[in-house]
Amino acid sequence: MMKIPYYPGCTLNTVAKGLDTSARESAAALGFEMEELKGWNCCGAAFPLTPDNLIGLTAPAKVLLNAKKEGGGSVMTLCSVCYNVLKRTNRVLRDDKEKRSIVTGFIEEDYDGSIDVIHYLEVLRDRVGFEKIKEAVKRPLKGIRAGAYYGCMLLRPFKEMGIDDHEAPTIMEGLLRALGCEAVDFPDKAECCGAHLAMTRTDIVERLSGNVMRSAAGRGAELIVTSCPLCQYNLEKSQKKTLEETPGYREVPVVYFTQLLGLALGQDEDTLGLGKNLWDIRPLLKSKGV
Amino acid sequence: MARIGVFVCQCGNNIEGTVDTKKVAEEAQKLPGVVYSRNYKFMCSSPGQEMLKEAIKKHRLDGVLVSACSPHMHEKTFRKASDAAGLNPFRCEMANIREQCSWVHHDRTKKTGTVKGNDLTRMAIERLKRNRPLKKINIPVTRRALVIGGGIAGIQAALDIAEGGREVILVEREPSIGGNMARLSETFPTMDCSQCILTPKMVEVELNEKIKLYAYSEVEKVDGYIGNFTVRIRRKAKYVDEDLCTGCGECIEKCPFKAGSEFELGLTSRKVIYTPFPQSVPNIPVIDAPNCPKFQKDKCGACAVVCGPKAIDFKQKDTVVEEKVGAVVVATGYQMMPNERFGEYGYGRFKDVISGMQFERLASSSGPTGGEIRRPSDGKVPETVVFIQCVGSRDEAKGVSYCSKVCCMYTAKHTMLFRHKVKSGQAYVFYMDIRAGGKRYEEFVRKAIEKDGAMYLRGRVSRVYEKDGKVVVCGADTLSNSQVEIEADMVVLATAVVSRKGSDGLARTIGIGSDRHGFYNEYHPKLKPVETVNAGIYLAGACMGPMDIPESVNMGSAAAGKVLGLFSSEEMAREPIVANVNERVCNACWDCVVACPYSAIERFTVKNGQGDVMGMHAKVNEGVCQGCGVCVAACRSKAIDLAGYTDEQVFAAINAF
Repeated sequence: MMKIPYYPGCTLNTVAKGLDTSARESAAALGFEMEELKGWNCCGAAFPLTPDNLIGLTAPAKVLLNAKKEGGGSVMTLCSVCYNVLKRTNRVLRDDKEKRSIVTGFIEEDYDGSIDVIHYLEVLRDRVGFEKIKEAVKRPLKGIRAGAYYGCMLLRPFKEMGIDDHEAPTIMEGLLRALGCEAVDFPDKAECCGAHLAMTRTDIVERLSGNVMRSAAGRGAELIVTSCPLCQYNLEKSQKKTLEETPGYREVPVVYFTQLLGLALGQDEDTLGLGKNLWDIRPLLKSKGV
Repeated sequence: MARIGVFVCQCGNNIEGTVDTKKVAEEAQKLPGVVYSRNYKFMCSSPGQEMLKEAIKKHRLDGVLVSACSPHMHEKTFRKASDAAGLNPFRCEMANIREQCSWVHHDRTKKTGTVKGNDLTRMAIERLKRNRPLKKINIPVTRRALVIGGGIAGIQAALDIAEGGREVILVEREPSIGGNMARLSETFPTMDCSQCILTPKMVEVELNEKIKLYAYSEVEKVDGYIGNFTVRIRRKAKYVDEDLCTGCGECIEKCPFKAGSEFELGLTSRKVIYTPFPQSVPNIPVIDAPNCPKFQKDKCGACAVVCGPKAIDFKQKDTVVEEKVGAVVVATGYQMMPNERFGEYGYGRFKDVISGMQFERLASSSGPTGGEIRRPSDGKVPETVVFIQCVGSRDEAKGVSYCSKVCCMYTAKHTMLFRHKVKSGQAYVFYMDIRAGGKRYEEFVRKAIEKDGAMYLRGRVSRVYEKDGKVVVCGADTLSNSQVEIEADMVVLATAVVSRKGSDGLARTIGIGSDRHGFYNEYHPKLKPVETVNAGIYLAGACMGPMDIPESVNMGSAAAGKVLGLFSSEEMAREPIVANVNERVCNACWDCVVACPYSAIERFTVKNGQGDVMGMHAKVNEGVCQGCGVCVAACRSKAIDLAGYTDEQVFAAINAF
């Protein structure tokens, strides 16, 4: 069985447990194993936006260094933010010798940026293949109109991330179709959800996430999938406000793409962490006869 | 012993201010071989030149040194004077004691300046003693030109050269000449119909006896040098016999199969046997073999059945012709950047997001909608159209760094055309800056805004999406500092002008340079705008960079002027400053062949009378060599010398220092 070194990150160990467990279950069903790094720490949760803030690179550099030591040649993540921080840090350490030597001074060990940072979605698309996933589906999610929400971190900056077209991404739609869903395209799928402002300016998050959800619902999406715990939280939470403000708006469940994947692959619903979501998707499944 | 005359110029006070020219002349007089030496106020004046001529005759001088300004300034003057007095002009040399001496020193006591003036003069004298008399190289000129590309620039160049009485071969890749200009509806700033002003010129090309037109052909190889090029041209199979075809169009009429029209940019289809547009020149159709069932499945053949003169020939093959020409004009034009690169604008995903060039076809009376503005998705007349400028231009991250120059003008034109055709319509333009430098250009843009009511919004567009049959454009209006959302019926992208795909390949084929964007390099951006580093090859039009019609026509005429100048006599004289190979020393390592930037050195095989190979050595083509000296530096066995700049001369000068 193909083994892929895996970095879960803090959120997946706590509030986004469902993203972690559903991904592991699905991986097993698809013939690969996610081998969690033995030693890992927080990724830092934000790539420093000032070029001279190198202290922000030390935490992700340590993660990458450990991953290299454990010898996999690559490290896979699920959380969009971890993916963003690790991939961009890796690139800085690979291309900028000066910054690398300063970071080395802090973490007291040299890391050269030689491993690859990959996302679970990339593994599904490039190593497993959507066609093979389609064959492995035991419970086709027929008739479910699902929208894929990408947010910012998975795609941007496009020259550094390169997982998909940042303006018109399609990778998750490809997966949704393989699972038997009807993929709903909506214009706000790569707009910002408000991110960390959830702590300080909930009004902004409610506006931005509200726009995303209204846009998706307007195109007939019955549920939204995402790969980011923060997006999931914002999109879900903000709907309380949207429900108050928008007449005729009905709540739309927001789940991790891996939860839908697990369902379609016939995993036990209890292990997928569906109960943790604000709005359960099971009634929807039932109504569609899935 | 040499008999050298030295003339030290005061250049008014320019040199005399810091160099004691009298002293320099006296010092020079003491050197062996110098038989005459003096200073004078202005050597370049008529009396100065006369003095030089007289001295040559009177003192039987066999060499002349003028210590004065830069040779760039007056070498020609003094060499001409020497020649007139019967001295080989290449036995006249200059020492630069102005730009490289008096002008850069401020010592009014003349101490430093005089010392350096002496040094420079002495060095030049030693160089001069070893100067061999050289003869100008005469090379024959084939007075016939090749023009590559039949757009407006190429057409203009071809017509002007033919007008000057010389033969022209015009090669066009497409089945018809006309280029991108044939696609345009109206032209800024005069709003005259593009085809109406272009087609008469196209017909002129066809009727002109001096012009041989190879349409549907490509240049494969250019060999040789100025005045003497050999060109290989591939004439692609049209499957129609040009001599028999009368251009009646019956075959096109009866052809039952269609394919996407390249000329209409996919907005409509054309027949599989086709001419790109009704006014095509030559008016001879070609068969699109990959889409023709006759070629794919051996079915149909309707065209052959209906053709009266039996001109259809399914067995026709590509042919290759060779032509000898003396000059080449490259006018291969431009193309638009692929819009699909800009996912935020939805080109390729949303039918009603089109390119500026496609809008030209919609607005053109010969276009797919007969000149009515109708959007591609459902054929409705759009009421609101958003024009987005700088799609790819001035965008180092995703597009090109430069400004495409024509988009501001054609977008203004589009808004006017739209308003003229849809009276109730509203045009919005998102722009970064309005660049309307040109005769009557700014007034034109003002007219679009003030008279035809185009709404100009300064800012960029972040995203375009479809909603209920509309195309919603989200963008910033930086002047009112607000975000705007416009529900449009159609969006037009002013896409960047880029070099033709494969332009760098052609550059290599013909030996000219191109920049990182694939545009061809002129010899000098200001003073030699149509010449290239390869003598005898000229440029015209948008293959050099974004250019509008007037500029392309200018360049076409300028290139033609250069060609006609070259063709003014049967032979051309070249400066003899070229590299020479000492065949006995050359060990045929070919480092020079690799090093030469002008491909002027060939591998030469020596054979005896029986045709046996006796050896090989490098050989310099004097017609091509530019005298740069790179090969001299590259040659390990010291077999190459540059006439007028031999190692012997250079070392003698250094030793005299």
